[in-house]
Amino acid sequence: MISTTNKNKQAEPNNKKLQKPNVFEAKGFNLWYGEDQALKNIDFDIAENNVTAIIGPSGCGKSTFLKSLNRMVELVPTVKMAGEIQYRGKNILSSKFGVEELRTKVGMVFQKPNPFPKSIYENVAYGPRIHGIRDKVTLDQIVETSLKGAAIWDEVKDRLHENAYGLSGGQQQRLCIARCLAIEPDVILMDEPTSALDPISTLKVEELVQQLKQNFSIVIVTHNMQQAARISDKTAFFLSGELVEYNDTDVIFSNPRDNRTEDYITGRFG
Amino acid sequence: MQKDKVSIAKLIEDNKKKNRYKQGLIEKAVPIFLFITALISILTTIGIVFTLLFETVTFFDRVKILDFITSKEWFPFFEQDPKFGIAPLISGTLLIALIAMLVAIPIGLAAAIYLSEYASDNVRRVVKPILEVLAGIPTIVYGFFALTFVTPLLQKIIPGLSFFNALSPGIVIGIMIIPMIASLSEDAMSAVPRAMREGALALGSTKLEVSLKVVLPAALSGIIASFVLGISRAIGETMIVTIAGGSSPNLTFNPTEAVQTMTAYIVQVSLGDASFGSTIYYSIYAVGMTLFVFTLIMNLIAQFISKRFREEY
Repeated sequence: MISTTNKNKQAEPNNKKLQKPNVFEAKGFNLWYGEDQALKNIDFDIAENNVTAIIGPSGCGKSTFLKSLNRMVELVPTVKMAGEIQYRGKNILSSKFGVEELRTKVGMVFQKPNPFPKSIYENVAYGPRIHGIRDKVTLDQIVETSLKGAAIWDEVKDRLHENAYGLSGGQQQRLCIARCLAIEPDVILMDEPTSALDPISTLKVEELVQQLKQNFSIVIVTHNMQQAARISDKTAFFLSGELVEYNDTDVIFSNPRDNRTEDYITGRFG
Repeated sequence: MQKDKVSIAKLIEDNKKKNRYKQGLIEKAVPIFLFITALISILTTIGIVFTLLFETVTFFDRVKILDFITSKEWFPFFEQDPKFGIAPLISGTLLIALIAMLVAIPIGLAAAIYLSEYASDNVRRVVKPILEVLAGIPTIVYGFFALTFVTPLLQKIIPGLSFFNALSPGIVIGIMIIPMIASLSEDAMSAVPRAMREGALALGSTKLEVSLKVVLPAALSGIIASFVLGISRAIGETMIVTIAGGSSPNLTFNPTEAVQTMTAYIVQVSLGDASFGSTIYYSIYAVGMTLFVFTLIMNLIAQFISKRFREEY
């Protein structure tokens, strides 16, 4: 359960050789906050080792959808869900699916960096620790690889035991990514990870996303259309709780099929 | 529109001119007034400390300070050869405070974790005010609760328990302190940003892991502060121990025996007919001074601990 890179053996499509297997498949997914329907009949496949961007105006349900993928959306008490979201072929909405297990496989990076008020080392070691890794040498190793993986090792290697809140915002966000990498998830969800960062930190995080995609599947929600165009392989456009268009990123930005997508990416609204 | 703007600006200008003198006076007077109110509490504290100090010095003219600290007997009422060794009063006080904290810390902290991390808003809305009612019960009521309810109950469980003992008031003081610890710790834990809980949950933590490994450490300085306030309260508590703890100064750490705390001794002397100027009269100041030193040390330790373990966010 702990530190296996899980390339699933099943679900390897032999019919279409070029297509990567899907990590997530949403089928007829609906979500309500109380009486308000926030997501309507979403069908959405997310492929392995891709960067999938979700764009759309505020309140369109893109963050809600993202948080449904690791069921963090359930923290809102009034939430109701219907339909199906499959992760590697298993319905995560079924009561049989353990939510802790799901979140171990599907990591998340938040809009605002949210390190724990502990040392840099302890932040990264937290995940492995709660999943039962106690050996000091192993933990040291995990901390180093994770920080290297998040391209922050060189900046913090001499101050691993200082409080994480002494880092700059951009460093904190990369630390949060390192914290996420430390339990070797399969998918990383990113909820507008650069919206609180300055341009240089944003660039660093974007470069990082490009590297991470070799080993992880990434779903990123962003307000920034240029960002989606720069870093993603596929882009989905959400509007008023509906998935309007989903295609290869270059197609979405050069030749959208739906008028609403075109209006949005050309800046006519949103 | 334009016209309105001009006239409002002019109106403000006129008003300012009219009130400039008055305004200036108020602005100058307010900080002086506020300073005086702050000064009152400081002066009172200084006054109390000096009174204690002077009378304590008089006491030590009559009783050797070394005897006060090292002697193991406290018999101030002996006509011949009274004994003024503070140790039995200190042991009585600490024993009861210890019992109280053994009751209050686990229960109070568990209640705080429940309220802050598990309870729904509705439950919290009902439970918190009830807890605070518990904190508002006069201590004399707790005292009789200890004497007439808890002690008989304990006597059924522990045969041979004396009617006055340290255990019963210790437990009841603990009960009295629970709401304080629960409420203050809950405040500290609720102040931990939601984002931190979400960060931990997103790593696959269970709710318990989030509570114990993220929220609790982040709120630790506030929680420790609540413990120390609790301990200070237990050390300074008077009525419950006077009623249910007995008045036999006993150098013991056996909770089933009768003891006397520093506060209970002060009450005993104040109620009796110790004449002004007698050694017994001065002894209550020396005991009061000891009590003061204890709570002071407690606060210093608390400050040190909460700085040492502070997780800043």
